[in-house]
Amino acid sequence: MSLRAELGPYFGEYGGRFVPEALIAALDELDAAYTVSKTDAVFQAELSELHRSYTGRPSIITEASRFAALAGGARILLKREDLNHTGSHKINNVLGQALLAKRLGKTRLIAETGAGQHGVATATAAALMGMSCVVYMGEVDTERQALNVARMKLLGAEVVPVVHGSRTLKDAINEAMRDWVANVANTHYLLGTVAGPHPFPVMVRDFHSIIGNEARDQLLETEGRLPTAVVACVGGGSNAMGIFHAFLDDDVALIGYEAAGDGIDTPRHAATLQKGRPGVLHGAKTYVLQDEDGQTIESHSISAGLDYPGIGPEHAWLKDSGRATYVGISDAQAMQGMMDLSRTEGIIPAIETAHALAGALDLARTLSPSDIILVNLSGRGDKDMETAARYFGFLKDAE
Amino acid sequence: MSSRVESVIDAARATGRGVLVGYLPAGFPDVQTSIDALIALAESGVDIIELGVPYSDPVMDGVVIQRATNAALETGFRLTDLFEIIRSVSAKTDTPILVMTYWNPVVQYGINRFANDLKEAGGVGLITPDLIPDEASEWIAASDAHGLDRVFLAAPSSTDERLVSAITSSRGFVYAVSTMGITGARADVDIAARSLVERLEGLGAKRVCVGVGISAAEHVRSVTGYASGAIVGSHLVSALTEGGPEGVARATSELAAGLRAEHPSRLNPSKGPQ
Repeated sequence: MSLRAELGPYFGEYGGRFVPEALIAALDELDAAYTVSKTDAVFQAELSELHRSYTGRPSIITEASRFAALAGGARILLKREDLNHTGSHKINNVLGQALLAKRLGKTRLIAETGAGQHGVATATAAALMGMSCVVYMGEVDTERQALNVARMKLLGAEVVPVVHGSRTLKDAINEAMRDWVANVANTHYLLGTVAGPHPFPVMVRDFHSIIGNEARDQLLETEGRLPTAVVACVGGGSNAMGIFHAFLDDDVALIGYEAAGDGIDTPRHAATLQKGRPGVLHGAKTYVLQDEDGQTIESHSISAGLDYPGIGPEHAWLKDSGRATYVGISDAQAMQGMMDLSRTEGIIPAIETAHALAGALDLARTLSPSDIILVNLSGRGDKDMETAARYFGFLKDAE
Repeated sequence: MSSRVESVIDAARATGRGVLVGYLPAGFPDVQTSIDALIALAESGVDIIELGVPYSDPVMDGVVIQRATNAALETGFRLTDLFEIIRSVSAKTDTPILVMTYWNPVVQYGINRFANDLKEAGGVGLITPDLIPDEASEWIAASDAHGLDRVFLAAPSSTDERLVSAITSSRGFVYAVSTMGITGARADVDIAARSLVERLEGLGAKRVCVGVGISAAEHVRSVTGYASGAIVGSHLVSALTEGGPEGVARATSELAAGLRAEHPSRLNPSKGPQ
């Protein structure tokens, strides 16, 4: 059976809808609208045109020869989602959902954000489509991603710092769900990753699958072959599902790099698939970092975008079946990857993406020059300059 | 045979009144005080206790309950404490104890093991705010096997088909969410509640209790005029936070006064016990 045909609500034993009854009507409404939109030529044409003339798709492929030479093994090709409008892959999903919300007559978009990339993308779509926008962001993240808070405000969004719980991404999702329960009549919750209750995991995946679909065609055209491996960083898992999906039925290795923080054997990491176990979080059955009683454990990563104790249910399913492999990359390895790509290719990646780059170098060492690794370069690093400057000690130099 | 919760509701109805369901979180502010507060709840006029399990990601709860359950977790609350609390409270009162829990703690404890330990401790069932009947087959089997109640939620936005599913899957009562929102005191209890209760009864529900936003005796009076019972949470948690178990006793007595007011509809023989 084709793995690409999976439509939810379940991926094996994962997925489903573990949410308050008050949200079911909204999820059903969204699911129905989404299902119709898939075969609606007008909707598809509208979305394609936005991708072409607003996002800047198709995104290009760049061969990173000098970067790959650091490993001296396989060739490394980058799918340049960092060149999309707003600087990351997040816009693919946001434009799709915002168009759907408009069709449903919703006038207000709400979103959660960790690093701020999804919040910025949602605020952008709201500005473009004339909708009001509220972004929930953990108080801790508003501090470490202050620049993105300013971007969202400039775009006209209200940014609400979440002061409950661990004050990070997971609490921002809780707060967005509470808002949605209360305001579902005029509000669409524009969830930013492949997690949450059905139909979000399939819908967000499908809106991002353009990444893998384009890359697969691009490689067949320029290389006349498929890559040996497709790799991506994994937090909630949206950019990884977006590039994996086109290759699920191919003889291509799929590898997701999770944030190992201080190290996978320390308590400070966000390696949900390697260190978590199946449970229920944010409306879906999936792997969760949790204690014995099922209380969610706080995750840790230098990258706010990977700092999430859950994971999309489709990844949980791909992990259990062995179709995809998940590997941890520490903060230190990721920061080295960020510097390596910057200095060999003149491309500054987001710290999230740097996890995949560090992983790709490790993998390249085990392969030969006839192999190709395709990396989803999911976002650019401008938002991370403060973290990077502090990490590498550049601020001290300037003083 | 009726469950204990059903019997309590039916007995109240036979005397022309609705029931008061009172919520407090387990282990807040600490295990012993929470036991004392629950006993105060029962002794001051609550007919059914709703005992909340603190959880790290409570999406249905407003700030008052979030703060309390977070505090309980910070002081080291464990699921084993829950069963100890139930044991201690049920030794002192006959008031049935329903546990309100998000689903993941039950999944991690083991659904059957949870049902078994709940029954053994003296609990009568679960209210599950993030478990819909569609996802509940294992819990339905476990609750049947252990003779436990299971209370599912119904919302103003639920279709008739979904209301029927909540009615047929529930035992004890159906929890009608008064408004589209999360827990927390509100000045007015939504008109949506009355219409939801009417829809549920029209579709065959025998016992419906209304929760979310109820915080005053007049709410209790008005809600029990058309529903089997009124559920109060945040208001009692605030009372516990501010006044300890004595504060809970005072607040409960005030709320229960709302039950004693006469309801013309309750005295009408055509609206007698079903």
